[in-house]
Amino acid sequence: MQNQKITVIDTGSANLTSVVIALRHLGADPVISTDEKTIREADRLILPGVGTASAAMKLLKERNLPDLVKSLTQPVLGICLGMQMLGLESQENMGESGESVPVSCLGLVNGTVSLMKTGDLPLPHMGWDQVSCVRESPLFKDIPDNSYFYFVHSYAMNVCADTLAVTEYGEKFTAVVQKDNFFGTQFHPEKSGRIGARLLNNFLNL
Amino acid sequence: MLAKRIIPCLDVKNGVVVKGVQFRNHEIMGDIVDLARRYAEEGADELVFYDITASSDARVVDKSWVRKVAEVIDIPFCVAGGIKSVEDARRILEFGADKISVNSPALADPDLITRLADKFGVQCVVCGIDSYFDRETGKYWVKQYTGDESRTLVTKWTTPEWVTEVQKRGAGEIVLNMMNQDGMRNGYDLEQLKLIRGLCRVPLIASGGAGAMEHFRDGFKIANTDGCLAASVFHKGLIHIPDLREYLRKEGVTVRD
Repeated sequence: MQNQKITVIDTGSANLTSVVIALRHLGADPVISTDEKTIREADRLILPGVGTASAAMKLLKERNLPDLVKSLTQPVLGICLGMQMLGLESQENMGESGESVPVSCLGLVNGTVSLMKTGDLPLPHMGWDQVSCVRESPLFKDIPDNSYFYFVHSYAMNVCADTLAVTEYGEKFTAVVQKDNFFGTQFHPEKSGRIGARLLNNFLNL
Repeated sequence: MLAKRIIPCLDVKNGVVVKGVQFRNHEIMGDIVDLARRYAEEGADELVFYDITASSDARVVDKSWVRKVAEVIDIPFCVAGGIKSVEDARRILEFGADKISVNSPALADPDLITRLADKFGVQCVVCGIDSYFDRETGKYWVKQYTGDESRTLVTKWTTPEWVTEVQKRGAGEIVLNMMNQDGMRNGYDLEQLKLIRGLCRVPLIASGGAGAMEHFRDGFKIANTDGCLAASVFHKGLIHIPDLREYLRKEGVTVRD
């Protein structure tokens, strides 16, 4: 793993620091980049993201990244908004007059993202919640089912054909997704203590 | 199920932890890091660092300790104190904090909450509220600049009004600091918490008054708060976090394994 090239795709969000620190603790030496060559040559990629889907997609386009990301064949891990961007579309896009206009995302997994329906439960969904596996994956190696991970989000991906694990908060949503080489977690493994580090380590060892 | 959060709060002044920690006057930078690491390892769900140098002094405060904390803990943490602009917030988030909390500056400039939420997302923006029960009017009022007694003032806002206002403006979480209880260790003001819970659609954190494990239980079970914050009971070793978790679990509160 020490010789692996790990690239964190620079999605412009302010908190890339935590992801980089978590990867370094696992012995990796990640670089943050938007450079095409650096991204293509990476062995593993992380797609982080914080903010809104519309702003993040706009930024990816400005940096000519959507087609590049779609063409990747090495393992890619989207985190939080980065996972949501792997989906088909997101409702998280307020138009000029305040109406919600769906924004097209990368379309690499078959989920769509909308505002969580939580009834009386507070929103954002913030804190440690349980993740239940619905499909086996090497990503979950040595991670007990229903382990707690740290979440912070108001929008979520529906349960779809590519869902690996779910969490329930008001309704069930996709906590972990995977299609081919594209993986995503709604929670923040880099902020989820030892269990989160284990998941990141599993990703590096896929 | 979403776990209830146990949140130790560390007061920081000039880069060292101050109140409640009896490390005498030779507190060095390492103390913040050591305490942060200890609480994270003991099973705190998140940490809050409150920089009390900040709001009262009109100077730029050195926040490089935030980066040092981010290096050693792998749980979320929030930084409060002296954040007056999007630029202040960006610097702290870039150092690795997960959330920033605004209090007095938001009262001076309520639009700050909106600007922060637009830039970083509501999930990053916590609003701290110092609430004081005034017997004469029988109402809860919001106080400002509580970090400096000579400048502390009562605002025009009642607490319920301000709680409603900050949510409209984009606060993603509210920390309600109940000043009448602060430092008393007699328990949280459950009546006030229940009142505010009824108005609060975002996560609500109780602060001020925790002195025993039952106080945490009551905050969670009676007032249905999402998190309970405390300082001195942890710093003075009166409550040990693993014991608290075990106690809460037995009392039927959902806590993290």
